[in-house]
Amino acid sequence: MKRLLFIAALFVAAPVQGDSTLPPAPYANVQLENLAQEAKAEALMETLRCLQCQGQSIADSDAQIAGDLRNQVRLRIKAGEAPEAIRAWLIERYGDYVSYAPRVTGLTWPLFAAPLALIGLAFVLLRRRFTRSAP
Amino acid sequence: MSAQAPSRWALWLPLALFAVFAALVLFSLLRPADRAVKSAMVGRPLPQFALVAATQTQPGLARADLADGKVHLLNIFASWCVPCAVEAPQLQALRARGIDVVGVAIRDRPEDLRQFLARNGNPFSRIGADDLSAIQFALGSSGVPESFVIDGRGVIRYQHIGDIRADQVDMIAAKIAEAGL
Repeated sequence: MKRLLFIAALFVAAPVQGDSTLPPAPYANVQLENLAQEAKAEALMETLRCLQCQGQSIADSDAQIAGDLRNQVRLRIKAGEAPEAIRAWLIERYGDYVSYAPRVTGLTWPLFAAPLALIGLAFVLLRRRFTRSAP
Repeated sequence: MSAQAPSRWALWLPLALFAVFAALVLFSLLRPADRAVKSAMVGRPLPQFALVAATQTQPGLARADLADGKVHLLNIFASWCVPCAVEAPQLQALRARGIDVVGVAIRDRPEDLRQFLARNGNPFSRIGADDLSAIQFALGSSGVPESFVIDGRGVIRYQHIGDIRADQVDMIAAKIAEAGL
């Protein structure tokens, strides 16, 4: 009986609303009329991080804040702004974390330099090995 | 080419490397990660903006209202945001200390907002409506609630991410005093 009551309670439980009831922004889920512009906007949106669901890009995320950012990206592209200018505007506000496109900075340069250094090292080692093994 | 026996320390090197990696993984697993995205706008002037009033009874909010020689606490909130209701008494407490609290309501309806303010109290002198989260992006804010301390010249001096807890009221008041109340 008690168990039945608990199960019945599940059906009357109202979940706490944690989201706005306003409809999505005009361009959150609507493509731009100009296909070339839409392609630019999409390429950019796929490399911008959603601020709430941080493993996703704003192109992938269903969060409302991601929808609002898609709206803003599309409106700016529509107004003729360059994608990299929009990315720079966001980095200015949220730091590098908001962008998935890596930049060479004082902090990240080893990531770019290390492969080059390793290739160089491999080259030196192999050359020594081959020159020595040749009689 | 004669094979040379590796030296003693070289034998232990792979194990040592493994130990370093294991320690790194353990350290990162056990340390609670800070997932908050901080605004890079702290220390910089507020961007230009003008928001229409979010309620019928109070004025909207523009940049000019904040760069008026006094320190303001700009609170980003919404009636649909549960922690915002939890935060309300703390904003009231700050207001009681003579701090001007202004609000930016994110994606809200006037009727919902009216009910929210009736239920939780209204510490705000002005509330602007940001239906597209545009001002939120311009401020480098990534969620609700968030609070910004704005000094008299309209410069953002401090960002508080998440709701202000009861034990953080003094800290926020200190940040406001620091900004020159």
